[in-house]
Amino acid sequence: MYDLLERLQGFREEVRDFCEKEIATRAKEVDEKQIFSNEVADKINEKGWWGCIVPKEYGGMGLSQAEYIVIVEEMARVCGSTALTFAAHNSLGTYPIDAFGNDEQKKKYLPPAAKDGALIAFGLTEPEAGSDAGGTKSKAVKQDDGHYLLNGTKCWITSSEPCKFAIATARTSDEGGVRGISSFILEKGMEGFSVGKKENKMGCRGSNTAYLHFDDLKLPASQLLGDEGVGFKQFMITLDGGRISIGAMALGLAQGAFEVASKYSLEREQFGKPISKNQAIQWKIADMATQVEAARHLVYGSAWLKDQGKRMTKESAMAKVFASEVANFCTFQAIQILGADGLTDKYPAERQYRDMKLCEIGEGTSEVQRIVIAREVLKSMSSV
Amino acid sequence: MDFELSEDHIMMRDSAKEFAEKRLKDIAEEMDAEATMPDELLAETAELGYFGLLASEDYDGLDVDTLSYGLVVEEIAKKCAGLSITISVQNSLVIQALQIYGTDEQKQKYIPKLATGEMIGSYCLSEPNSGTDAGSLKCQAILDGDHYVFNGTKSWVTSAKWAGVFLVFCLTNPEAGSKGISCILVEPGTEGMSLGAPEKKMGLKCSDTREVSFIDAKVPKENILGEENHGFKIALSLLDNGRIGVAFQALGIAQAAFEEALSYSKERKQFGQSISNFQAIQFKLADMALKIDAARLMAYRAAVLKDMDGRYSREISMAKLLCSETANWVANEAVQIHGGYGYVKEYAVERYFRDARVTEIYEGTSEAQRIVISRDLLKD
Repeated sequence: MYDLLERLQGFREEVRDFCEKEIATRAKEVDEKQIFSNEVADKINEKGWWGCIVPKEYGGMGLSQAEYIVIVEEMARVCGSTALTFAAHNSLGTYPIDAFGNDEQKKKYLPPAAKDGALIAFGLTEPEAGSDAGGTKSKAVKQDDGHYLLNGTKCWITSSEPCKFAIATARTSDEGGVRGISSFILEKGMEGFSVGKKENKMGCRGSNTAYLHFDDLKLPASQLLGDEGVGFKQFMITLDGGRISIGAMALGLAQGAFEVASKYSLEREQFGKPISKNQAIQWKIADMATQVEAARHLVYGSAWLKDQGKRMTKESAMAKVFASEVANFCTFQAIQILGADGLTDKYPAERQYRDMKLCEIGEGTSEVQRIVIAREVLKSMSSV
Repeated sequence: MDFELSEDHIMMRDSAKEFAEKRLKDIAEEMDAEATMPDELLAETAELGYFGLLASEDYDGLDVDTLSYGLVVEEIAKKCAGLSITISVQNSLVIQALQIYGTDEQKQKYIPKLATGEMIGSYCLSEPNSGTDAGSLKCQAILDGDHYVFNGTKSWVTSAKWAGVFLVFCLTNPEAGSKGISCILVEPGTEGMSLGAPEKKMGLKCSDTREVSFIDAKVPKENILGEENHGFKIALSLLDNGRIGVAFQALGIAQAAFEEALSYSKERKQFGQSISNFQAIQFKLADMALKIDAARLMAYRAAVLKDMDGRYSREISMAKLLCSETANWVANEAVQIHGGYGYVKEYAVERYFRDARVTEIYEGTSEAQRIVISRDLLKD
């Protein structure tokens, strides 16, 4: 594993080059206008990255988790919004269909997602079911003719508006607690499937977040993803991977902020010398670099585990909570180094700080990650 | 040692609280979105005397002590940090500078208008290349006959679009460096003076911030404030004033974020119970209250010391530093407790998180405060 980053270097350079050219240049605009840029989406599509982790037989690139994570990190380094949209589509969209879908479903949904950039949203969270995702209230009731009738509301759903497909969880049984939850594949345009209020967010404003509403949405049984009652288990596995991607997004934001601040400290002169000559600034830079490095190892370490087919529930939660707190530290210190220049739209630091905060909340808050980590650690200790 | 506020202090605080609840609470989100404040609001603030809290009664001010001033700033900041900084700059920088260094004529001309809010003042010290190192400013005002001729750019000027007078720090003797700095009063409309576009800021969006530029702008010689080439001393002497204002502003943001988080934690149910039942949330609330209490005691002490003889820059810097770091820490945790709801505009903590950030930057960054504190510790 220790030469993993080195082996990824060539790929990273290609990705960075692309991100600098196609994404960085639009980052300010997508944040300001709260739009998901179609041009950026098309450019990503040209690279085939919407299907980066989709197997080749379904039109994807079949990249490793580690390579996918490089893309997320490099995108976030220049634009948190794009990284978020991208991570959600791959980790929460194409992944569960590939992992839990039948061949028919994979043939139907993965090629358009991989080759045409047809976005897939992931509808898990509900107004009353956030950290307590098992508390889902949406209901899918099986009808006599074999259809399911879906009713409910999902919130904080990334790419609600631009997505073509969505995966949604719902209770198919009132019994069995979390074992009464199933997941379904939805298509835009299905009757009873609508997009609700769009959120006006602090950051990642170029990534669309909105409600999804299901009103007597009639779903053929063929839309059930996997078996009935395994929805909770599916999304727990899905989130394990999703957390690596949010960790990578946080890492990219931290790296981006670190670079902005380091460069600024070399150029900005006060008291007749670059501020990088002050020990107080040097120590900030040292701490940022150290933290970013540590986060990088956690993030790529968990990606490596996933590529090895190993369980990485604990590691991905660690990567996510650590990297997002590192992002908080680095984007905060970047503003501190830039001073007032860090608080306006003239430098990326202001945007990076707002974007960063999502990483400590989305796909399980830092508090939830700690619950996961503690549970895993204590379980292993008690069986020793 | 008495830890109780006096009746006068309580009265000041409660009336500011009432005003903030009544007038600011409901419109703060909209003012943030639109990045401006309605004129009526400024007029109402003026009517309460808040633009002249520190102005003497001779000039129609309320002439309250620093603690009362701080209490008002805190209450306003709890609902709208943008208005609180507008009040702070007017009082602790503009009015104080005129009151301490102005001639009788200058005081008569400006302070009554400023104190009653008929006029807003701006304070222009920073420049694009002169921030923490304020003594390195480059804006020039060269005496030519009866006029100073201004050339240069001032940045981060609060309230510039409303200002009826600008206190501009500039070089009257460029060869002398910081010993050649003067403070000169400039009125809007002066030929050769122009205001930049409003800065697009992370927080305090409803307050006005922009650049002010001069190209051969002529200002009458008698507009100088205090002695020529003594401007840097004026700027330094006012730092403590500004820092107290920011300390109380930060305290207000922290307190408000804490109150929101506390009530949300009781209402929000997950796993079949209020999230306040979880120890992780309980400890966050405990730490928030602990840090705010410590910050509050430091802010109150700084305010009381400010009104005593002697210089208390160290204590004031400590208060500013602790309050602003507390504001950022508390606002961050308040967003965490709110989860996704803390990340959207409908919930005030989203704004508090953004508003808190600048308190560690302006009136001296946290790094500048540590310079002040450590220098004082290491002197002799």
